[in-house]
Amino acid sequence: MKLNRRSFIKSAAVSSAVATAGSIFPGISFADWKRVKGAYGITWKKAPCRFCGTGCGVLVGVTNNRAVAVKGDPNCSVNKGLCCVKGYHSVQALYGRDRLKKAQIRKNGKMVEVPIAEALDVIAAKLKETVKKHGKDSVAMYGSGQWTIPDGYVASKLFKGCLGTNNVEANARLCMASAVTGFMTSFGIDEPMGCYEDIEHADVFITWGNNMAEMHPVLFSRMLASRKRKKDVTIIDLATRTTRTSQAADRSILFKPNTDLAVANAICYEIIRNGWMDKDFVKKHTTFHKGKTNIGYGTEDHFKFKDKPENMSFAEYKNFLEDYTPEKAERISGVSARDIKYMASLYGDPTKKVTSFWCMGMNQHVRGTWINNLVYNIHLLTGKISTPGNSPFSLTGQPSACGTVREVGTLTHKLPYGVVMKEKARKKAEKIWDLPAGSIDPKPTYHTVEMFRALDRGDIRFMWIQVTNPMITMPNLNRYRNGALKDDRFIVVSDVYPTPTTDVADVILPASMWIEQEGMYGNSERRTQHFDEIVPGPGDTMSDTWQIIEVARRLGFKKQFPWSQKNYIGKIWEEYRRFHDNPKHNMAPYEVLKARSGVQWPFVNGKETRWRFNSKYDPACKKGSDFDFYGKKDGKAWIWARPYEPAAESPDQEYNFWLNTGRVIEHWHSGSMTRRIPILHNAVPESYVELNPEDAANLGVVNGELVKIISRRGSITMKASINGRGVPPKGMVFVPFFDEDYKINEVTLDAFCPISKQPDYKKCAVRLEKA
Amino acid sequence: MPILSFLALPQDGGMEQLCNDLSAMEYCEIIPAENQEVIVLVTDTPDVEAEKNLQKSLKNLPSLQSLSMTFGHNAEQ
Ligand code: SF4
Repeated sequence: MKLNRRSFIKSAAVSSAVATAGSIFPGISFADWKRVKGAYGITWKKAPCRFCGTGCGVLVGVTNNRAVAVKGDPNCSVNKGLCCVKGYHSVQALYGRDRLKKAQIRKNGKMVEVPIAEALDVIAAKLKETVKKHGKDSVAMYGSGQWTIPDGYVASKLFKGCLGTNNVEANARLCMASAVTGFMTSFGIDEPMGCYEDIEHADVFITWGNNMAEMHPVLFSRMLASRKRKKDVTIIDLATRTTRTSQAADRSILFKPNTDLAVANAICYEIIRNGWMDKDFVKKHTTFHKGKTNIGYGTEDHFKFKDKPENMSFAEYKNFLEDYTPEKAERISGVSARDIKYMASLYGDPTKKVTSFWCMGMNQHVRGTWINNLVYNIHLLTGKISTPGNSPFSLTGQPSACGTVREVGTLTHKLPYGVVMKEKARKKAEKIWDLPAGSIDPKPTYHTVEMFRALDRGDIRFMWIQVTNPMITMPNLNRYRNGALKDDRFIVVSDVYPTPTTDVADVILPASMWIEQEGMYGNSERRTQHFDEIVPGPGDTMSDTWQIIEVARRLGFKKQFPWSQKNYIGKIWEEYRRFHDNPKHNMAPYEVLKARSGVQWPFVNGKETRWRFNSKYDPACKKGSDFDFYGKKDGKAWIWARPYEPAAESPDQEYNFWLNTGRVIEHWHSGSMTRRIPILHNAVPESYVELNPEDAANLGVVNGELVKIISRRGSITMKASINGRGVPPKGMVFVPFFDEDYKINEVTLDAFCPISKQPDYKKCAVRLEKA
Repeated sequence: MPILSFLALPQDGGMEQLCNDLSAMEYCEIIPAENQEVIVLVTDTPDVEAEKNLQKSLKNLPSLQSLSMTFGHNAEQ
């Protein structure tokens, strides 16, 4: 067969779809289809997708050192060849016209281009000077769940180890912190016990405030494919607004903001009342606990909270649930007692395997830790956990929120192994990092919101921001932008495009993006994914890892950062791996990572662990046990009595609407990359405010007319979207945050979960005016 | 302009309808599976406008339950 280039590419497109269909629908056949072989000038190389924590494996097609095509990697068990619209277009984000290619320094109020070495000299000198003048805790690093694992590792080593300050935070505090504290308080160890294979095993899916159709589209496709294949699969969307996920679900159930706490407790009440509890499992593998209540919201500077866990008996727990009969919970949540009983019956049915999915809805929540605990309660009471298809599954938003932030520990209290408060963990880090004993400070400093408050107050004077855009994403943004702009603050920003954050910078470093450097990400299912440098970066671009190494060496830490630019990623990985050298967390060797489309940890004796805490699959479990929740000393998971408490700010007479914020499928986070991809930008060129049709009619606005959204902190005017892809209930509006021209975070509130310190972007009070 | 491929799943019992709908659309080629309700869809559009319109029409197709992308190439890159 003779083919021109275009028909060849078409044939490759068919080939990719057929291969994907084969892995998702075993035995499927396409008669009208012939395979065409050959490469036609395109070389395909593997990488994890740049956008989102699903961690799809992609194959990037390269011609003449330029990335021109993307296909789903059929060898990657995450996506089995599928890809979403963001994933496919991701390579175009490398080639935006205004890509940052040169370093810049602010001179006499103006940014001027300089050689990158000069910029690195200035950063090192300013860091030294600030520490000397204001102390070690006056300098900070703010990174990201889009950092590669080596980026986060060297940042932690430099700041926590060499400089001795725990001022290291990452934007994953804004998206995953409640998931971490949920895991730690329920299981004593972080990250999901299950894996994406749960999707093919489960009979019931309940999405808790999680619009998977847009935020985790490939996993959602796998769910729909499973429903198609098995027929008796049920999907329930439990949410505060109607979305594409609700439309595809078998049942859409809406609850009032923050009342998921009451719904979860009512489901537990029903499970116990109907005798659906797995008594044997509960007796052998769980204990009951309660903590403090009325725990506050953190809206004031220097807010402090420490929980005080106490044991309780099963009888006391049962008594606590009396406040959450389905009827009482209906009055709090607006979910009918019938629907609560229905969900309880699905969780309680011993013949059904149930997977719960959640992401930002439960994590960006002033009681985020609590609601994570409560969903675990449901799975623990029914014994539906750590077995294929029975999975409480916390999804991540960013490609390496797990890998870089949770595993490397780039949060103020964390180290790659353990926490700074523990001597054993500090000693281990000091040994691996070749530092004198006592180098690491035993006291955590600032979590993200407090770190930006410290910048505003002047307690922090120097901040280096990499791979994130806080001048769009911080809640109550006006305060934090004004703080960053104060005269004696020095801000360094490493990024790939100009953003509102580079606008406040004193030094801008041009960063390598994604496949212009070697690195690793870690996705939602404990999978570490390596990628090579596939295409060269433009101009003076440099990986974030190497930028940090350059500064560290200028500060005199050559011994700690000895690597050569040729092989530093492999060397860093092997050093980092020493922190996790135990069967509960072993990571795969560098060579294994390089060869495969992702490897799950714990990686023990050459094998990945699919389901943790279940001795059938997890070699770290105690011999002779069936389940072993080994994060807790006694091997038992904690069931928590956590009450319903309201949001920090609820609608009142003056500010009578809820404001909820989030994302759309086409755009990644603050849009700095996806808005430079023409097809994605054209699909959703600007942000908008979703209104309920009745509210819109009362306000007298039609689709596309301008609405002013006003809170106690700021206001914004934008176009109305009525009956669009999402429909909020009466009394709520929803705004996507991707658009820097409409900074919705000037309106949001910086209240957070007192345990996780993760802000709640889903709930504050606003009023509306027709503009 | 882009050449994309997708797996298209019809609404329950809507395989034939979806095959008809997709084959009638400009810039679309389909390969229906023989033994499952799954269709391979390949789109090949000449310009941005056509691509935008096509994506819009696909989104509004009542016989379509879900569309998952598997491959993309942009000839203009
Ligand atoms: S689902 Fe996420 S990881 Fe997968 S292709 Fe889309 S953006 Fe990339």
